[in-house]
Amino acid sequence: MELVKKVFWETKAAKIQALAILAAFVFMMFIPSFSGAYPPLFLAWVMTYCTLSISWTFFSGKTGYISLATAAFYGLGMYLQAVIGREFPLGVTILLAALLAFGVGFGIGLITLRLRGIYFTIFTFGLALFLNRFFHWYEGVFTRTKGRFVKTFDNDMVFYAVLIVFIVTLVAILLMNKSRFGLSLTCIGQNEDSAQHIGVNTTLTKVLAFAISAAPAGAVGAAMISTVGYVDPDLAFRMLASFFPVLMAIFGGMFSTYGPIVGAVIFYVLQDYLLRTTNLYMVIFGTVMVVVVLVLPKGIFGLIDSMIAKKQRGYSGEVIGDV
Amino acid sequence: MSSFENILVGNGITKRFGGMTAVSNVSFDLRKGEILGLIGPNGAGKTTLFNCVSGFLKADEGTFTFEGKVINRFNPDKICHLGLGRTFQAAKNFPDMSMRENVRMGALFGQRDMTYAEAERLTDETIAFVGLEKYAGVAVPDMPLAMQKRIEVARALATKPKVIMLDEMMAGLNPAEVSEAMDLVRKVRDSGITVLMIEHVMKAIMSICDRIIVLHHGELIAEGPPQEIANNPHVIEVYLGGEV
Ligand SMILES: Nc1ncnc2c1ncn2[C@@H]1O[C@H](COP(=O)(O)OP(=O)(O)OP(=O)(O)O)[C@@H](O)[C@H]1O
Ligand SMILES: [Mg+2]
Repeated sequence: MELVKKVFWETKAAKIQALAILAAFVFMMFIPSFSGAYPPLFLAWVMTYCTLSISWTFFSGKTGYISLATAAFYGLGMYLQAVIGREFPLGVTILLAALLAFGVGFGIGLITLRLRGIYFTIFTFGLALFLNRFFHWYEGVFTRTKGRFVKTFDNDMVFYAVLIVFIVTLVAILLMNKSRFGLSLTCIGQNEDSAQHIGVNTTLTKVLAFAISAAPAGAVGAAMISTVGYVDPDLAFRMLASFFPVLMAIFGGMFSTYGPIVGAVIFYVLQDYLLRTTNLYMVIFGTVMVVVVLVLPKGIFGLIDSMIAKKQRGYSGEVIGDV
Repeated sequence: MSSFENILVGNGITKRFGGMTAVSNVSFDLRKGEILGLIGPNGAGKTTLFNCVSGFLKADEGTFTFEGKVINRFNPDKICHLGLGRTFQAAKNFPDMSMRENVRMGALFGQRDMTYAEAERLTDETIAFVGLEKYAGVAVPDMPLAMQKRIEVARALATKPKVIMLDEMMAGLNPAEVSEAMDLVRKVRDSGITVLMIEHVMKAIMSICDRIIVLHHGELIAEGPPQEIANNPHVIEVYLGGEV
């Protein structure tokens, strides 16, 4: 537990970080008691996007292996909820969905992570497409349905579930970032050959990290689909969902864990607003993305960070991607 | 010569790339405590031989024995843990990490059961050993080439190797830097680490190596002390040309 002390106690910044997370968590716990019915659902979606983007960044941001498999894990979580959601409490299904995503992630990792660069990306992209086709085929031949109904849960309950998934994911990532495991991932991203030659078991590290980053996506998929009440292959395995985390991470800046959160919040709020108010959603959205990428190569969080950095320090000597 | 203990032995090593044989039936031994030079013209297969030893590539034929243990099938991380460190011809540092972090990663991952505190200590010790203290706060990509190569050496040393393989650590350095690098290699050897080094800088290789082996078109064509190599007609013909 040396690690917990280092991340949440040893320095002033660590204490502030611990307090801020705790305060945010406690505050969020009380939101449903004074808000109406809509805010918890809205916030659950925001946190879902945050969870997707921080877990994606944990693997892809660190290692530089761009995964487009998010939709696959997210969708598997949804389908698991549809199939077993009636039998188990929500919490159990969410846990099982995380395990399923972890297991599939591990298997896919074993097959693909010997590949380097673009081949990995293409394979992960193919995974979501494959699952989409597979479920279409399966439902067509065996269940003779299109889609399934999903047991719905109360919005507040889903909100609490997603809140817990998000906080657990966040804390786990903050801890892993400072751990030997997280450092070895950073080494792999910085120079895989060197990492291997100083004793990092690169294959095992990558496969494990990929599986770990898949788990939260499965979990939030299982939780959120129960607010929709229905799932079909096109809804579950939507390729767009694979691109969201990439965009959110670029948007917010992926060199720290908080960048993707900032990116996800702005991304979701903007998307929600534009979808309700204009039918030029995609056009405006695309323009904002392009401007951000061109003007802020380190994302919005990077801008804030470098403004602070300019004031107080020179070269930090810290590991990038490790705030 | 049985009075020497061979720490690393290559026996009949062959490595092919498609139809091209980069290393062809090479046998050599590395004796504990020595500095062994590996020379040969461009494309002779020197780096390929290093890659096969470090597990980066798998030799098609032949065996490597390290401290009596056959290591052919091992991956680089395992080979590093056994005590074989290396550097790369073109320095492969971690560009977004500070110099110190670069070295610390070697200390942290190079040996099993390394504690954080012990890794910190080893990092400082290694940085002092190679003389990089004054670059603590400089971004790695902004450092002079000689220093970038020195970080590579430091990171490899921080893994506490018994053998270190240096791939052209003097290429591209000015004469002053070359002589500093030579001092460092001697210092490494004096600290008890056996050295296998690839080098094109003749002045350096001739003066610091105990023995030299010569590769040409993937084949081992000569082996012996520097003076003998410098006067070997075959070596002069294929490699040294008019230089010596
Ligand atoms: N991964 C690879 N795939 C295909 N061919 C390779 C590979 N690595 C090396 N070669 C080829 O093998 C031969 C030997 O290359 P190697 O890098 O071992 O030479 P070298 O002796 O280190 O030369 P230099 O002094 O230029 O560094 C060259 O013809 C090279 O093109
Ligand atoms: Mg070479």
